[in-house]
Amino acid sequence: MSNGIPGPRSLEIDCSAEVDRISRWMVDVVGQQLHRRGVVLGLSGGVDSSVCAALAVRALGEKKVFGLLMPEVDSSSASASLGGRVAEQLGIEHRLEDIAPALRAIGCYRERDAAIRAVFPDYREDWKSKIAIAGGAKGGVNFFRMIVQSPSGEMFDKRLPIREYLQIVAATNYKQRLRKTVEYFHADRLNYAVIGTPNRLEYEQGFFVKNGDGAADIKPIAHLYKTQVYALARHLGLPREVCNAAPTTDTYSLPQGQDEFYFSLPYHQMDLALWSHNHRIPAAGLASALDIETEQAEHIYADIEAKQRTTRYLHLQALLVEPVFVRPPE
Amino acid sequence: MSDIKDRVRAYIVENFVMGSSTFVLNDTDSFMDKHVVDSTGFLELVTFIEDSWAVTVEDDEMIPENLDSLANIEAFVSRKLPALPQAA
Repeated sequence: MSNGIPGPRSLEIDCSAEVDRISRWMVDVVGQQLHRRGVVLGLSGGVDSSVCAALAVRALGEKKVFGLLMPEVDSSSASASLGGRVAEQLGIEHRLEDIAPALRAIGCYRERDAAIRAVFPDYREDWKSKIAIAGGAKGGVNFFRMIVQSPSGEMFDKRLPIREYLQIVAATNYKQRLRKTVEYFHADRLNYAVIGTPNRLEYEQGFFVKNGDGAADIKPIAHLYKTQVYALARHLGLPREVCNAAPTTDTYSLPQGQDEFYFSLPYHQMDLALWSHNHRIPAAGLASALDIETEQAEHIYADIEAKQRTTRYLHLQALLVEPVFVRPPE
Repeated sequence: MSDIKDRVRAYIVENFVMGSSTFVLNDTDSFMDKHVVDSTGFLELVTFIEDSWAVTVEDDEMIPENLDSLANIEAFVSRKLPALPQAA
């Protein structure tokens, strides 16, 4: 950064030093604070979970890391295979758990499709769908559009009413929560801790499911911007496809980037925006960095703050009438 | 016209602050600044407006200038409502 204007160098880190720092921390917290014998994590084939797995291997050794591949019917075919490749490269034990039958039994797809059909009556199981965010980055109120595609390829697009939006999100949240249930089964049987894999964009702006992917015993990369996670992926020698993969939700049947679903901006711009917000850079400085108008930069800052307010409750533990642990356990 | 503000105020008090008797919402208070309506809340509010006055809120109308205070909502809904028939 120079003259108050953030740039690509603002997000540079010393990868070697950062890997050492996280490794030392992981050794300390898993053994000395959590008293667990290793770690479990889900492997999506994405950069975040792959970096977390590689960091865990650096810290604890490959014999103390257990990976889970947990595809369902809307997962990209590449996610389980790439996750498997990462596990093979790292030399960790891993298992494939197809969560689709359990999701079907609990009503995930049925409840989601019922809500979609309330908006698109012709929608059937063989159609594809996704949700896209709109409004916030342009200074408006955030709202969500439902996009569906018929088997013949015809696309339809409508704004989602609040009731249907909430039901679709609630139904798809079963996916993250079921994955976490499977992770904790293995963590319990192995006496391991569970790794959560959010990066800083996701953690600070509440892009996770409470008691789903938000649940974990440790979150080793929650302090790192996405650009920095990619840098660590390259430093750790992860497969090229992982290092180059665009962030997706891998939750809906139509291809969907994280920027389209939640962040409104591509990750490298969102990184700079959040970094600038955290470093109290005036909106004009962010505007120069992104080559946009100052007014739009102000909208981006307002959108970050709105998301942080809206999702604050996701970070909270259950609230108590009064403190219960008079003497906290040592 | 104060009917619009009163109905929206009653909706917000009942649904967003659980009927709290100590909550005060003045006509020009920003819902965002008062942290009373979040992103999801605005979508609920839009549904309430559409159902209550049989109007459609277009995508480009989902902006704070139309929705972020009782006064803004009253002005917005008033513009959306069809003009009353003139007396002969």
